[in-house]
Amino acid sequence: MEQNTKEKIENIIKNNEILLFMKGTPVMPQCGFSAAVVGVLSHMGVKFNSVNVLEDAEIREGIKEYSDWPTIPQLYVKNEFVGGCDIIREMHENGELTEYFSQAGINT
Amino acid sequence: MSMTAIEIEELILKTFPDAKIIIDDLRGDGDHYAAQIISEKFRGKTRVQQHQMVYNAMDGKMGKELHALALNTSAPKD
Repeated sequence: MEQNTKEKIENIIKNNEILLFMKGTPVMPQCGFSAAVVGVLSHMGVKFNSVNVLEDAEIREGIKEYSDWPTIPQLYVKNEFVGGCDIIREMHENGELTEYFSQAGINT
Repeated sequence: MSMTAIEIEELILKTFPDAKIIIDDLRGDGDHYAAQIISEKFRGKTRVQQHQMVYNAMDGKMGKELHALALNTSAPKD
């Protein structure tokens, strides 16, 4: 991964408390798995920012190398990689995600 | 591009020889699977680490030949 791509990724993660790398946008998701995570966050009333990886091929590939996670979507909370679609869904279903957000000082 | 359930199982068993594996073909298109994997190798690992171990066992096929592999991983119950 190019150094400037890595810096671009690091900066955007650092500057956004809750950040979802996804395909498409929250209003127009372009992939079912991305839409599912948007659905969970919206259902919990959590405010988040997103990056449409379909608009930046370098970020789309770079984020997979950055997190050692081969797929999109990817959710970051306070600089930490939380998981992809099935982890977020599983955490939401068993109440872990509410717990995780409250420990991170985020109201749901 | 796609994979069969058997190919996925074989790849996982290479890294997790002790694993008990159940694979569901989610859409019948060879591109979207779910897998439940129980292995001693997961003990003490976070869920993200467990899934990363499985994705790394997929020989670079994750996100390429294989679009989605929804995972449910755990260590054997004592």
